[in-house]
Amino acid sequence: MLFTLAIRNIFRNKRRTLITIAAVAFAVFLASFMRSFQKGAWDNVIGTSVNSFYGYAQVHKQGYWEDKSLDNSMELTDMLKSIPTNTENIEDYAPRIESFALASMGNKTHGVIVVGIDPDKENTLTKLEEKITNGEYLQNGDFGALIAEGVSKKLGLALGDSLILISQGFRAANAAGKYPIRGIVKYGLPDLNKRMVFLNLPAAQDLYAAPNRVTGLAMKIEHQDLVPGILKDLKSKLPEADYEVMGYNEMLPELMQARQLDEGGSAIILGILYALITFAIFGTILMMTKERSYEFGVLTTIGLRRLQLFSIVWLETILVSFIGAIVGIILATPLVYYLHVNPLDMTAMGEEAVATYEKFGMEPVIPAAFEASVFIKQAFIIFIVTCILGLYPLWKIMKLHPVEAMRDV
Amino acid sequence: MAIIEINNIEKTYNPSKVPVHALRGVDLQIKKGEFTAIVGPSGSGKTTLLNIIGGLDSPTTGQIIINGQDISKLSDNNMIDFRKENIGFVFQAYNLIPVLTALENVEFIMVLQKKDKKARQERAKELLTAVGLADKLDKRPSELSGGQQQRVAVARALASKPAFILADEPTANLDSTSTAGLLDMMAKMNEEEGMTFVFSTHDQRVIDRARRVVTLVDGKIESDIYNG
Ligand SMILES: Nc1ncnc2c1ncn2[C@@H]1O[C@H](COP(=O)(O)OP(=O)(O)OP(=O)(O)O)[C@@H](O)[C@H]1O
Ligand SMILES: [Mg+2]
Repeated sequence: MLFTLAIRNIFRNKRRTLITIAAVAFAVFLASFMRSFQKGAWDNVIGTSVNSFYGYAQVHKQGYWEDKSLDNSMELTDMLKSIPTNTENIEDYAPRIESFALASMGNKTHGVIVVGIDPDKENTLTKLEEKITNGEYLQNGDFGALIAEGVSKKLGLALGDSLILISQGFRAANAAGKYPIRGIVKYGLPDLNKRMVFLNLPAAQDLYAAPNRVTGLAMKIEHQDLVPGILKDLKSKLPEADYEVMGYNEMLPELMQARQLDEGGSAIILGILYALITFAIFGTILMMTKERSYEFGVLTTIGLRRLQLFSIVWLETILVSFIGAIVGIILATPLVYYLHVNPLDMTAMGEEAVATYEKFGMEPVIPAAFEASVFIKQAFIIFIVTCILGLYPLWKIMKLHPVEAMRDV
Repeated sequence: MAIIEINNIEKTYNPSKVPVHALRGVDLQIKKGEFTAIVGPSGSGKTTLLNIIGGLDSPTTGQIIINGQDISKLSDNNMIDFRKENIGFVFQAYNLIPVLTALENVEFIMVLQKKDKKARQERAKELLTAVGLADKLDKRPSELSGGQQQRVAVARALASKPAFILADEPTANLDSTSTAGLLDMMAKMNEEEGMTFVFSTHDQRVIDRARRVVTLVDGKIESDIYNG
């Protein structure tokens, strides 16, 4: 009957109940909406970097990331090759040998990054083939080259021309080679667009005098949420003395910092929102406690213990805020889902915004993240806040004196 | 044997500021089955006395023994439990839980006593029938008249099978018909079930129905008369 009593009390002052439900629902709605959008935007930015080159995780020889030289390359051993078969959630990997070289054409020279790749594996990871604007993608075993649009402009190279590369190979070997240009690729990110040159892995290993060696393996992983587990798994399998295992967040530290800063800013806004909601809800709890003090007096007089009385009142608050949280989630879900499927179009924000997005190789849209964890977290925070506010009557009830509570009718 | 025994009770409100001596040495014994009215002018200490008997307030000095137990020694929870098991309360008004029906209000105290559902519903119906409200079981307090609400309150007080029922001016808010009805009902419970009632009142018609009349003046018992 105590439960019935709580339920009936919720319906007793419908207006107050509705105010509380609305306040909680509004907060959950707004907070989930904001967080979903923010998460979507950042996932998009990070996803672009990850998908255009880095991948969500990489394996290198220990020390490579600090000193990216061929001397820190590693042999592509059977153990490394077996990573996808032995590790859950890693579908495949793209092997790479990467170093600097001087590209020349006639009397013009330009510094480039030469990456030896496995064309098929690279394509499944970074969809390199889709970036071709002119010519063809590399075939397996072909000794030709793909160059980025910026490189072709800088050196005045066209399809079919020969690209001459001069560099230093593994253990200071001389490195030079001549490669017919098979295709031109376009990168959104200017840094990549100015510098990238792709060769077949064996061709690059040949150039660098580093047979069967790679500088890194980029792992193909379906979703970023799988990354922490995979990193742990890989670290346990690969001896730390020989290999370094890095997640995208370690490889993109500036981006992660910018994200943290941005999220910190919105946490402050959410904090203010929570504070406002807290006041609204506390107001209703205060009113309720005051209005019902006579009744509380009667109940303790006839034999209801204080903690029993409090648990009824607390249950009411908890139920109402739970309903509010659910309503908030129900309201936010379709909106966030809509913006997940139909991302916010930034072209409406003017050409500058579009240009900025394109500069970073992204479509000028912000998709909302549609993830249950975002909703649940916000609902949980507000639910907990209300549960704590609901403790106020406990204090009142503990010091309630039935005679005094019942004196002013 | 006395179920209520009060020895030399004094009650002073505001002892540090402007002291109000609400009770100045009251001795009183009430035996099982009595039907006692506490009367006296306004401010004479009737409510104070009933609150002390009911364990809602403690005396400044003096001893109060209920059913052989000195209740001044009870902790808060034990006092609440003691009231639940031993004392039925009827107040001047607003006795009932507004969101519960008449039947549920009477049942409520038996829920606290952990009686099983069937037994308590039966008893609640029985009692409401006895107080003449058999047709109002499912009405909420707001749908009942003041007199009907007081009857439900008496039924609730009886439901816990207490040692006695305390009622502070139970008829103060009732018209004369309802007053007579409530008094008839209380007298019947007293005669048929041997229930002990202690009630305060200003109303001469109520005083006339009491079998024992204790008159308080200025916090002291001025007279204590049995009407036979
Ligand atoms: N909480 C309190 N603080 C201070 N004085 C009080 C308090 N309660 C009662 N009094 C005083 O104690 C005296 C007795 O009050 P009490 O309420 O017991 O009288 P009463 O006989 O019930 O009066 P009434 O017929 O008006 O109900 C009065 O002088 C009253 O003003
Ligand atoms: Mg009084």
